[in-house]
Amino acid sequence: MQDVVLALLAKEPSHGYDLRRRLAAALGPLGEALNAGQIYVTLTRLEKTGLVVQEREDAPVRGPRRKVYALTASGQQRVAAWLAETTGPRADVAEFHLKLVAAAESGLADPLALADARRRELMRRLAEVQHAALAHDVNTEAGLLLEGIALRLQADLRWLDACERTWSARAPGGRGGGNG
Amino acid sequence: MTRDGRRLRGRSRRTGTPRGSGAQPAGTALRAVGLTRSYGRGESLLWAVDRVDLDVPAGQTLAVTGPSGCGKSTLLQLLGGLDRPTEGEVWLGGRRIDHLGERALAGLRCRSVGFVFQSFHLMDELTAAENVELPALLAGSSPRAARRRAAGLLDRVGLADRARHLPSELSGGQRQRVAIARALVNEPLVVLADEPTGNLDSAATRDILHLFDELRAAGQTLVMATHDERVAATADRVVSLRDGVPVDDTRLADDAGAGLGALLSWED
Repeated sequence: MQDVVLALLAKEPSHGYDLRRRLAAALGPLGEALNAGQIYVTLTRLEKTGLVVQEREDAPVRGPRRKVYALTASGQQRVAAWLAETTGPRADVAEFHLKLVAAAESGLADPLALADARRRELMRRLAEVQHAALAHDVNTEAGLLLEGIALRLQADLRWLDACERTWSARAPGGRGGGNG
Repeated sequence: MTRDGRRLRGRSRRTGTPRGSGAQPAGTALRAVGLTRSYGRGESLLWAVDRVDLDVPAGQTLAVTGPSGCGKSTLLQLLGGLDRPTEGEVWLGGRRIDHLGERALAGLRCRSVGFVFQSFHLMDELTAAENVELPALLAGSSPRAARRRAAGLLDRVGLADRARHLPSELSGGQRQRVAIARALVNEPLVVLADEPTGNLDSAATRDILHLFDELRAAGQTLVMATHDERVAATADRVVSLRDGVPVDDTRLADDAGAGLGALLSWED
């Protein structure tokens, strides 16, 4: 939760309500349980640890100037580190999904590059599992477990294909910086 | 979208070979240089395979993956001389094959390339043994040598007792094993398998993967196109295609389960 909130602040300073709206949009029905209170609890914790500061909004579109939360330098570093770290084979779908959303919104990382890195990692893991699965009869206890793990990894890889399609369709036309 | 737009979008990472023509380095079984196949013209021009550079070292098992329509089947057909490139070169065992005449190409395909297809492509009216013998006879083997070789291969794929069966009397997995025996009968430089498990259930898929594992251990160069991640995961190397362009090239470890302990945590 902390990393996701930090990453969403990387785009621009925001207030809690706006963060909640963006999280709800990214999570759909899975975000229903998320209430504004949790966002503010997280923001308060992040403020205490010096990763965010409250500041006054520069120029409100309308209404009074409100307090917004902004990343500190160490907050920036933490976001960059979170986006760069590999998520590990056991990372769940929602966590990686939020990482892609945060990467795209903040512009700090390329969601397609993150998906690629994860694909390689999962593929290497699947290779290990699949070699082991072929070496064990599927009707043994060990073989049955390996079959389950291989199927899970395969599902993760298929979902990554879907991620790649969606994020590459959203990528601006000039991807690649015009070189090549 | 423009051709270069796709390439940029596709995060092009060339599959590490020097550009330009020339003899392939020693130990390379198969090489593609700037390999391109386009269909149609004008507005409807479509690049099924788009400037692919690829080196397959002898003895390597390579999986080409990607969604349907990404160009993996076309790439295999170009590599095996079943289709001609619009541009670029194909080298097989040190010999450039893309500009050979039809006759020379057919001979080369028969002797040096073993094909395995999704729907087996066996001759329905020939027995399993006769299907396996046929390419050997076409390549000039004596009937006796062809018979001996076919018998040995059918034994190797576990079908010695099915040699006299017609394809219609065999299961899908058995038919594919006959097709693999047929692909091996002329000791090809490379086996090209296009969705070899696409029509098979999981048990038959396991049989085929075990067989491929044996081929790999025997040093057979094998290139397969598959959309099945678990099949691809058994290869030494995986190249991912998108819109005819390689977007990833990953080497896989073959140490069975070395790091699998890390998948479980034993914290209380």
